[in-house]
Amino acid sequence: MSVSVTAGVGGQFCGTIGGFALDAEFSLAPSGVTALSGPSGSGKTTLLRCIAGLTRLPGSLHVGDEVWQDPARFLAPHRRAVGVVFQEASLLAHLSVRGNLTYGARRTPARAEVGFDDTVDLLGLAPLLTRSVANLSGGERQRVALGRALLSQPRLLLMDEPLSSLDAGAKAEILPYLDRLHRALAIPALYISHDAGEIARLADHVLYMREGRIVADPGEPRTVTLEGLDAASRDGLALAALRAGLRPLA
Amino acid sequence: MGEVVWTTLRLAGLTTALLLILATPIAWWLARRRAWWKEIVAAVTTLPIILPPSVLGFYLLIAIAPQSPLMTALHPFGVRTLAFTFQGLVIGSMVYSLPFAVQPIRNAFEAMGPRPMEVAATLRATPLDAFFTVALPLARRGFLTAAILVFAHTIGEFGVVLMIGGSIPGKTEVISVRIYQLVESLQYGEAHKLAAGVAAFSFLALLGLLLVDRRTDEAVR
Repeated sequence: MSVSVTAGVGGQFCGTIGGFALDAEFSLAPSGVTALSGPSGSGKTTLLRCIAGLTRLPGSLHVGDEVWQDPARFLAPHRRAVGVVFQEASLLAHLSVRGNLTYGARRTPARAEVGFDDTVDLLGLAPLLTRSVANLSGGERQRVALGRALLSQPRLLLMDEPLSSLDAGAKAEILPYLDRLHRALAIPALYISHDAGEIARLADHVLYMREGRIVADPGEPRTVTLEGLDAASRDGLALAALRAGLRPLA
Repeated sequence: MGEVVWTTLRLAGLTTALLLILATPIAWWLARRRAWWKEIVAAVTTLPIILPPSVLGFYLLIAIAPQSPLMTALHPFGVRTLAFTFQGLVIGSMVYSLPFAVQPIRNAFEAMGPRPMEVAATLRATPLDAFFTVALPLARRGFLTAAILVFAHTIGEFGVVLMIGGSIPGKTEVISVRIYQLVESLQYGEAHKLAAGVAAFSFLALLGLLLVDRRTDEAVR
């Protein structure tokens, strides 16, 4: 099967890895954040790894006019303009914050659309630049990981539950930065999460996965409890509801 | 006496340098492969730890003797034999200390896990680039441990050098063998000097090793 090459991102993967069967077809708009949600073990991370080229399954994938995978070719991960933020920040321990931020930037073809200063500004990284990565807080680590991914000049940004390893305080600290990123981002982004509040706040589109497949209907009631959400998430939810055409009662 | 110390240090230094280069790809391969049969290779590279030095020395002597297949292949290049030569001693020491180089480096690569290399790949580094700019720096303590172990182990080797070196002064005579000969000829005074030197050096090497480990622990914490 081949995928027509158009704007945006599209692809399908079908195969088995470690006893898990993935059979997913998806497409992303040319810009905006698409949330990828679903129960744990549904294959979200596997799909993300396939898109990044870190896991190889039969299938096809195009990003804009570039074919990253089809039956005849498989672009190695280092040849894909993809930014990945892993669940754990996975910073390179032997480099400073600045060294981490510039590692990818130094290896990308000349034209830089995402500037170093702008990124440092956007994510509030200036006070961290000379620090060693060993003594950053969880939230700081994820901000550096995010900046590092952006500075590698990606055409597609992949984020694998970047907030799930953070405590509530660190989450609250990093969410405003993600809001700003969301507004500034000119490329498509795939954001794995199963936190309804996070999705409502940060995503423009939502894809659901179940048992290795992308499904139209999440198959579970999509009610969201407002109890326990912080004010910012509640606002995000309200905004998403308004955008979706819902009107408040009375 | 200066001569024998110099030969020993030269042997240990050269063995360490060459062995780190040789052990790195082996350790990388062992750390990254998941096939069970890689442990056969691991067992072969670890064998010198448990083989009696005389067994190892015997086989090495056969391998570097003039009529061995290995040496026959080298005859056109003007090499007849490596037995009782300094070069032969370097090769023997490398085989003898191989496990002490492979094991710490393999452990360091394994402790690192696959993630740093994946991160480097998503940041556009080619595999070779990532190896030199991510894997090697992250495994540096493993390399330091390997270097200290190999250097000290080479200083301390006796059986293998005795069998394949022949203890030729200025060429293949090293401290450990000289001490043996001094004791045989009842020159205890001379033996004391060399033996105390080796004991002091070994203590310092071990202390250095423990301090490296300590720093690693602190870095992890």
